[in-house]
Amino acid sequence: MASDAPIPAAQAERAGAANLFAAPLAVLMRLIDRPMQVLQRLIGERRMAYVFLLPNLVFFSLFVFLPLIINFVFSVTGGAGLFPSERPYVGAQQYAYLFDCGSFLDPSSCREDHFWRGVSNTARFTVFQVTAMVLFSLLTAVVLNMKIKARGFFRAVYFFPVLLSPVVVALTWKWILQRDGLLNAAITSLGGERILFLVDPSWAMFWIVFVSIWAHMGFYTLILLAGLQAIPADLYEAAEMDATPRWRVFWRITLPLLWPNMIVVIVLALIRGVQTFDEVFVLTGGGPGTATLMVVHYIYETAFANQVQNFGLAAAASVVLGVVLFALTLAQLAASRRKGAA
Amino acid sequence: MNRIARMATARRNPGHWHWTDIAAYAYLGLGVVLMFGPVLWLGLSSFKTQAGLLEFPPSLLPMSQKEVRVEGHAQPLPLFEVTMEDGSKRVLAQVRRIGIQAQMVDPANPGQSIRVPIDKRTPVREFKLATENYTEPLERFAFMRFLWNSVFVTVVATLITLVINSMAAYALSIYEFRGKTAVMLMVIGTLMIPITIILVPVYLVITELGLVNSLWAVILPGAATPTGVFLLRQYMLTLPRDLIEAARMDKASEWQIYWRIVMPLAMPALAVLAIFSIMWRWNEFLWPLAVLTKTEAYTLQIGLNAFQGELQTQWHYLLAMTVVTLLPVALVFVFLQRFITTGIANTGMK
Repeated sequence: MASDAPIPAAQAERAGAANLFAAPLAVLMRLIDRPMQVLQRLIGERRMAYVFLLPNLVFFSLFVFLPLIINFVFSVTGGAGLFPSERPYVGAQQYAYLFDCGSFLDPSSCREDHFWRGVSNTARFTVFQVTAMVLFSLLTAVVLNMKIKARGFFRAVYFFPVLLSPVVVALTWKWILQRDGLLNAAITSLGGERILFLVDPSWAMFWIVFVSIWAHMGFYTLILLAGLQAIPADLYEAAEMDATPRWRVFWRITLPLLWPNMIVVIVLALIRGVQTFDEVFVLTGGGPGTATLMVVHYIYETAFANQVQNFGLAAAASVVLGVVLFALTLAQLAASRRKGAA
Repeated sequence: MNRIARMATARRNPGHWHWTDIAAYAYLGLGVVLMFGPVLWLGLSSFKTQAGLLEFPPSLLPMSQKEVRVEGHAQPLPLFEVTMEDGSKRVLAQVRRIGIQAQMVDPANPGQSIRVPIDKRTPVREFKLATENYTEPLERFAFMRFLWNSVFVTVVATLITLVINSMAAYALSIYEFRGKTAVMLMVIGTLMIPITIILVPVYLVITELGLVNSLWAVILPGAATPTGVFLLRQYMLTLPRDLIEAARMDKASEWQIYWRIVMPLAMPALAVLAIFSIMWRWNEFLWPLAVLTKTEAYTLQIGLNAFQGELQTQWHYLLAMTVVTLLPVALVFVFLQRFITTGIANTGMK
């Protein structure tokens, strides 16, 4: 009995802490209750559903659906005004300006070269990042799914950067990669020359890919690990009885059964990859020059950070980005439908 | 005990190490270094003095030169170990440096000044945590303000998110009503529209509402999350209908059913959403960056980013502030890791 005593005490304490937050809310809720009862008497029980939906729908309309329409309005109007009434209609001019290119493969031949720099950087970044991300999270998930000691600990090790803010991630690595940083200390102690990692365009691209994988790999690993753990164990036992080599087991059992999760990971990583901004913005600021300038960075700069704010052009670029994201989402839906059918 | 030992050493083929086992542990070991290393290095570095941070190659632990107060000198003097001409070693304090010569004194005998070539002396170092990196920014910059802004945004936004999302989820899981499918489609549609593509028009809406540079500009746009509505609805669908019917029999109003019956039962799902919301809000970057232009309104993330532009040579402050920004998340992780990982595994969202 004596050993049971601390448990109710701890529970009471926890309840006390919860009450601290709950008490003011409870008072508020009781205040709302009266008018709600009157309302219910007026419109009836069933129609209360609309009342419960109302706040969320107001928020969705105000901050998602309305903006979606205004975004389009912005993209077909010109001038420097923020309010649509101050903006003259210009038709497809913003888009024409955005797409005015000598050759789409050469950003410097475009009138809006920063946008195309962003497109080409984002495309390269996404291809490298998604490929490496999928490979490494698959490898990590497979290793974590083996019969290893302290699995929970190792899983936490790979997962924790997911929770860090992009600014923290970027500053942590900036500190390591700087001229007199830890990495250069290691290189010089091995007899190498210091490398200016964030000043060299190719290195900068390499490091933003690396850092974003470092930060987000745990998330994808978790999805794949959940998929691996859902594979029935008897399949493996049967394979073991037949003394099937491990690589063959992986190729013939693990990978096919994991494929639905792999698709989810690939599409999610693609959707996130195209929208990359935060870490890159803090780590390299899009530099050196425009070597790591991303599309979202371009939109942010065009609308907010440049001397002359060009909302129309930024909106047009957002619409282009939105179309790409929409296509990727359709791909995700198609893939998840196939997953449901299988 | 025996069972634990057996479990801990269990492998596919007992008693035989397959090369993949060794490779797996090597990979995990590398992972620990690569994932933990940078954050550990950040933590260690944040306790180094400004001079300590400029050292190359850097020392592992925060070491700094020992200083001593000597009679007749207002400032504490740095201590050096000096190799004298006769080969003996003495610990002396340096008064000043003149070219390649250093003027030094023996702390025990401050009257006598000794001249030493600078290459004959090495600094005496001790382990010292430069806690001033943490305390000084609190006084010198608006750091407390940013911290408060971030806490305010996180707490208020999470409360609003929990209340309005659970209300919508309640409506979508308990009632049958006309337009339900349309509302569900709207919610799904919203899921696909990230803030990155509606940055400019949301800014317009916020301007029209007169909220630019207020914390409400950060709180409101993301308050209704489709992810949250989904998560809560899925959970509420599993609640027993009889309970709600019984409450209606007892003349409970719909609001009371929502608040008194459904909310307490949905606590596990609310907890997951609360954790997600706290993470989203604490870490949010692009939108606050666009809408907050006045320093007083900065959140921690925006403030930190602004610092890294302004304080390029002041890494000692920057690192300490980065650690402070990281701490709440680290605490959440340590205590709630299980919630977060199962939440992600179940929803596929973060």
